[in-house]
Amino acid sequence: MNEFIEFFSFADANIRFVTVGSVLLATSSAVVGCFTLLRKRALVGDAVAHAVLPGVCLAFMLSGTKNPFILLLGAFVTGWLSLITIDFITSRSRIKEDTAIALVLSVFFGIGILLLTAIQHSGNAAQSGLDKFLFGKAASLVGEDLIAFSMVAVLLLVTTILFYKELAMLCFDKAYAKTIGYPVRGLELLLTTLTVFAVVVGIQAVGVVLMAAMLITPAAAARFWTDKLSLMLVLAALIGAFSGVSGAYVSYTAPAMPTGPWIVLIVSMIAILSFAFAPGKGWVSRLLRQRRNKTLILEENLLKLLYHLGEEKQDFQTSYSLQQILEKRAIPKKQVSAGLSKLRKQGYIEKTPAGWQLTLQGQRRGERVVRLHRLWELYLTQYLQLASDHVHEDAETIEHIITPELEQRLMEELGYPVLDPHSARIP
Amino acid sequence: MIIQVENPVVEVHDLTVSYDRKPVLWGIDLTLPAGSLVGVIGPNGAGKSTLIKAMMDLLPAGSGYVRIFDKPIAEVRNRISYVPQRESVDWDFPASVFDVVLMGSYGKLGLFKRPRQADKDAAMEALQKVGMQGFANRQISQLSGGQQQRVFLARALAQNADIYFMDEPFAGVDIATETAIIELLRTMREQGKTVIVVHHDLQSATEYFDWVVLLNMRLVASGPAEQVLTQHLLEQTYGGKLTVLTKVGELLRKQEFPARES
Repeated sequence: MNEFIEFFSFADANIRFVTVGSVLLATSSAVVGCFTLLRKRALVGDAVAHAVLPGVCLAFMLSGTKNPFILLLGAFVTGWLSLITIDFITSRSRIKEDTAIALVLSVFFGIGILLLTAIQHSGNAAQSGLDKFLFGKAASLVGEDLIAFSMVAVLLLVTTILFYKELAMLCFDKAYAKTIGYPVRGLELLLTTLTVFAVVVGIQAVGVVLMAAMLITPAAAARFWTDKLSLMLVLAALIGAFSGVSGAYVSYTAPAMPTGPWIVLIVSMIAILSFAFAPGKGWVSRLLRQRRNKTLILEENLLKLLYHLGEEKQDFQTSYSLQQILEKRAIPKKQVSAGLSKLRKQGYIEKTPAGWQLTLQGQRRGERVVRLHRLWELYLTQYLQLASDHVHEDAETIEHIITPELEQRLMEELGYPVLDPHSARIP
Repeated sequence: MIIQVENPVVEVHDLTVSYDRKPVLWGIDLTLPAGSLVGVIGPNGAGKSTLIKAMMDLLPAGSGYVRIFDKPIAEVRNRISYVPQRESVDWDFPASVFDVVLMGSYGKLGLFKRPRQADKDAAMEALQKVGMQGFANRQISQLSGGQQQRVFLARALAQNADIYFMDEPFAGVDIATETAIIELLRTMREQGKTVIVVHHDLQSATEYFDWVVLLNMRLVASGPAEQVLTQHLLEQTYGGKLTVLTKVGELLRKQEFPARES
């Protein structure tokens, strides 16, 4: 707990720097990632992330220093090379893009690991810390590194915002963008460059292995909450920022821990929560909707049943016992009891000493369900030429979903009918 | 029957287009008159979409050239407008109907500039013309096929171009949308615009278009609708592919031959 307070008071300048740096990195890759995702190039981001490693190693081997600008440059070169290779393989051979991505990713990463191992065994004292590029270490973001990486991150954010309209159109409709004279090739190049840079700056915090998650996961999570592109960018940035802070925190409190996996776990948690709880599209709200439909069907079926009983007796003011209701239709007893007590609370039925009885409103609603059922049966026989003994099952479902407007249309099209196909009266 | 016109809006000269070295259009040579409703008609795989895409330089020409308003396409981009096939984009993109129609102003705005109030007004007007003003804030994934087509049309209208290329605007739309679209196209023609439409329904072709291009990998006919839509020419267009032509195309692909020597 003390550590928590110590960290979030930001009293230590070091903590401030690391936090600001991590947030910037995570935010910029999240924003760029939105366009990568919408351009359907999520996997490409992963390939670039892995392909960055040999570049970092080569830059170190050639220069002998860990100067962040030189390492960035090396990362950028091989990241770019991997993309060109993917494009080359797809356009010049029969190999499909997914296969090309898999090939390039493993080959580049393999070379990277080879070089990294060679460096570690070379006895070069300056090499310590280079392995941080594998899984990331936010806490090592200090001094010159911090300034370099943050500058690139800010540049990324500014460029993305500047080209917002152009990138959005490129992702939505590339052919159209070309016909109105936009430099589509240039814009694609720009987006690719942004993606490579986002990966390159992000690896300091997360590492090459898990970088794709920083690029894509915030965007995927944000997409669940909104249908507006601008809002999606903002949400992805916030999710990225949050994960950046948590990464810095973990890196500070547990120095032995690589930050990458922590950041990725946190981002993934947010994504899973989004899949589950986002309104409308989320899994929970879909479950709730299905549940609502089920109760609606049960309640309306019970009202319909009581109405049918009333119809037979030509008196809707009679009470029926639970037993009588169950005899009429095979619904599990537990469900019937629950449905009845709910309908009573809503004021559609009353409990009398003899059992259950429709109220006036209950009778009306039951009548409407019966009417819709019979109207739909009639519609099917007339417009779809179905035999009258084939329409009941279908009407059982449709009776619950027809809106008042559709009901009106049905009445008009059928000419305000009096009898259904089974010669029952349409109430 | 290939009728050439004086002062054409579109001139296609000896155009050959290949996919993966295999030519799908052979030596197309045609001119189109200004202010007309042009139907590009032919069977599946005839290269109808390929033709209009090549006209707009969306596909590279293996040989030949296209001139619009007697200029190379790059110089007249702001006077042309494209309505792509509905299925060519992902309608699950996070955008509203209004966002998409507003894209119609992007060409004139150029890079970096944000749409101004006047552009927004123009977008709203375009939506009104296609009867979709009530849907401006609707997410595009919630639209029906016909509504999606109208949105694409509105985007093109917002561009206020002089020549329109439309790829199958009548495909998979309801009757109401089809009628609304054809009404709109006629109004545009009256305003002196040229509209080139890829179309696959022969029944309505005579009624809709005043100039017809019949295509089946090669140009079969180009001329006024009543002269072109004859039994004889239609048989030539729909009577199956020319076997030799197809086989030679296959050979070019297999042997990795260029379509032209130089």
